[in-house]
Amino acid sequence: MNAFVTEKTLAPAGTEDRAEREILLKVDNVSLSFGGVKAITDISFDIQKGEIRAIIGPNGAGKTSMLNVINGFYHPQEGTITWRGKVRRKMKPYEAASQGIARTFQNVALFKGMTTLDNIMSGRSLKMNRNFFWQLMWRGPAEREEIEHRRKVEDIIDFLEIQAIRKTPVGRLPYGLQKRVELGRALAMEPELLLLDEPMAGMNLEEKEDMSRFIIDVNQEFGTTIALIEHDMGVVMDLSDRVVVLDYGKKIADGPPEEVQASQAVIDAYLGVSH
Amino acid sequence: MVGSASASPRGEDTFPKILMHNAKVFGSRTAFREKDFGIWQSWTWSEVSEEIRAFSIGLKSLGLKAGDKIAIVGANRPRLYWAMVAAQAVGAVPVPVYSDSVAEEMAYVLGHAEVTFAVVEDQEQVDKLLSMADEVPSLEEIVYDEERGLRDYDHSHLHGYASVQAKGRDLIAKTPSLAADWEAEFAGGKGSDIAVMLYTSGTTGRPKGVMLSFDNLVISARNGNAFDRLDETEEVLAYLPMAWIGDHVFSLAQAFTAAYCVNCPESMDTIDVDRLEIAPSYFFAPPRVFENMLTRIMVRMEDAGKAKRRMFDYFMDVARRVGEKILNGEQVAFKDRLLYAIGEFCVYGPLKNRMGLTRMKVGYTAGEAIGPEIFRFFRSLGLNLKQLYGQTEASVYITLQPDGEIYGDTVGKPAPDVELKIAESGEVMYRSPGVFVGYFKNDEATASTKTADGWVHTGDAGIIAENGHLKIIDRAKDVGKLNDGSLFAPKYIENKLKFFPNIKEAVAFGHEKDMVAVFLNIDLTAVGSWAERNNVNYASYQELASHPDVYSMIEGHVDQVNRDLSREPMMAGAQIRRFLILHKELDADDGELTRTQKVRRSFIAERYAPLIDALYDGSTSKHVRTEVTFEDGRKGAIEATVEIRDMVPHDAGKGMQEAAE
Repeated sequence: MNAFVTEKTLAPAGTEDRAEREILLKVDNVSLSFGGVKAITDISFDIQKGEIRAIIGPNGAGKTSMLNVINGFYHPQEGTITWRGKVRRKMKPYEAASQGIARTFQNVALFKGMTTLDNIMSGRSLKMNRNFFWQLMWRGPAEREEIEHRRKVEDIIDFLEIQAIRKTPVGRLPYGLQKRVELGRALAMEPELLLLDEPMAGMNLEEKEDMSRFIIDVNQEFGTTIALIEHDMGVVMDLSDRVVVLDYGKKIADGPPEEVQASQAVIDAYLGVSH
Repeated sequence: MVGSASASPRGEDTFPKILMHNAKVFGSRTAFREKDFGIWQSWTWSEVSEEIRAFSIGLKSLGLKAGDKIAIVGANRPRLYWAMVAAQAVGAVPVPVYSDSVAEEMAYVLGHAEVTFAVVEDQEQVDKLLSMADEVPSLEEIVYDEERGLRDYDHSHLHGYASVQAKGRDLIAKTPSLAADWEAEFAGGKGSDIAVMLYTSGTTGRPKGVMLSFDNLVISARNGNAFDRLDETEEVLAYLPMAWIGDHVFSLAQAFTAAYCVNCPESMDTIDVDRLEIAPSYFFAPPRVFENMLTRIMVRMEDAGKAKRRMFDYFMDVARRVGEKILNGEQVAFKDRLLYAIGEFCVYGPLKNRMGLTRMKVGYTAGEAIGPEIFRFFRSLGLNLKQLYGQTEASVYITLQPDGEIYGDTVGKPAPDVELKIAESGEVMYRSPGVFVGYFKNDEATASTKTADGWVHTGDAGIIAENGHLKIIDRAKDVGKLNDGSLFAPKYIENKLKFFPNIKEAVAFGHEKDMVAVFLNIDLTAVGSWAERNNVNYASYQELASHPDVYSMIEGHVDQVNRDLSREPMMAGAQIRRFLILHKELDADDGELTRTQKVRRSFIAERYAPLIDALYDGSTSKHVRTEVTFEDGRKGAIEATVEIRDMVPHDAGKGMQEAAE
């Protein structure tokens, strides 16, 4: 009879024993304030290797600040960040980048005048070994290196299905595609941890579905750990393995999506209660 | 070596045999190319034969047997073409399916064909097939090409293309005699065996599975090659749906028999760039593609600088005057020849290059009537664009326009080996070696289409003109009469309307009614560009379509069509009296068009019944609500108030005064 009827073909997501996964990044009791404004207060959570971790919360909850802390753009006044088992000292964003943390931004931050190809290529600049003079000479090792990088970039272009806009300046592209190019540039770094700040903001349903598919594929194909901020609850619940919820800079819930969804504190934070 | 008498593939009557022949004779010539990772990857005939052999033996080890049906679902990719021949080598019958059809449509076809295997492109198609497992109980194994996203699926009945090939290669390595056995197996195949089953897109009712034999395809393909003198040096671009007979013949049957090279584009969105890079020498496209090319050129010329525009206009004028004559080899004054040569350098050459048609030796358009303006434009550039008339049931070729005998309103003379006649009802009938074997599991339909002595009803009404060329008027069953007895040929009117770049689609009504009324779709590219130049703001198709200025512009076009109709004695009675612009674009996902983008008249009549009533009850506007289906199967609704305009008819011929209100 039919071989496909009885069997469940999709492996149920997230059933592997979570406890055994290695912890990639750990945030302990982090607080961040700007003058008198407390953006983040005493937050602790971890990101396990290979998972999709969502950070959600109402506007102004401190989600983007949290990402900025993780990738070294802000330096918290208190608390520690442990990256791959080592407590991290104060570092600059490019150091975080060279250690394998890539990100995209809430507002698209691409080089508008450059083509898709060049934008993604720029994501590989940290991987270029030949110095400026070699690059200038071009022939020989620098050329071989560039070909190697171009191959990686073409892999990404193929992966994100943006062949048709390879040579188009990104300023001319619709917003949804720009977001995809930005994801491509982050992927070009071959990051271990990918931070996505509202990857689906301002997208229509179809674009969201495409983007969700790409995020899952990045996670599965490349084994990249992903931390994402997103407002679309449907997307968050479908994509993520675990969710951490922030409100007014404090952590109010942490756990698998179903659990978080049912939490009274989360419902209150989103719908508002009389204080 | 090449071209000697012994190199003629006359003895080979099936594609696996032709493949082995090509591998021997044209071993080092490029057979397939695909753009991947931004670079054209290529395979020679001997490499292709190895790939196909490995896959074929791999399929066999999975349990594919002679007589099995194997579905092919996906965009044009070398591996999918190979899969068809690999299946044929085992004696199985490939069934290519439209990859963009919705699950329900596909499930019907696969269930009806009783496919046991499926070779698909990617995860999207795997998901679709898994979702319809209940309706296709015969399906045993699925093979996919692109492995992305499929890692976590249960692989007990799911296989990667490469892994099936690896299996085949392993088996050959272990038992070297297997390769010879494999060849011996299809050496016994006959030309009368079923080669492929293609489901017709079905303008009416459920799709039917047309069974074509190797003889049908091989003889038709060889005739086609001979007619246009195609040989192994041609390059074609495979970009039309693989389930369509046209692509099957151009990209597989003719490619194999002539041993020319088939190029698969990188993705559906990059076709324009890919065509430019390949510059096909033999090119086939439905009129729509040529229309789009022309529209794009015109839109860009509107934006060009004054000097460039003047140069373009001047030389296009020269081309219109003498271009076609030069192409047809007629006498042209020396001065004009000189001007044309300068034009070739300044305008035509660069234009052809832009469109990727620089090397085009022969181009065909078919499927729908092409606008005379568009047709003339391409021919005046020196491109040998011709029309043909064909059907799935005929293995494409029924009539072809021979070089130098091109008339815009006819579809040419009978193709080699084709006999043609017009039945008493006015229906076109033909008999040829390409005539299909029958419809799969539908003897009733076979009997009503194909007569006992091999003549096939085309379902089209036509006439054979004095010069021996066939002229198609309309679908035979669509030709009707108005209540006052005048002839009403909807397609004829619709095509006249669609020749205006601003009108994308038209549906005419009038059979057993008092007058002719039409639904129109505007062309978003053309009208959008017009709107931009005229500072008309709009947010959606719906808003632009209902804009008063757009209505006035379209009214002008309809009036022009009426004037044309009034000049033709047979058609003057069927002038358009009322029209409206639909609030949504007709779409195949909603079942309004077939997958080859033909209008499904009866379906539209049912779906938009309230609007049709409004056309005939004299009202000037009508509020409607229409349900639409998105690609993933979800439904939504569009609501709008549609304006209806009246038209004043033109006097037919003699100046008979008609009361115009």
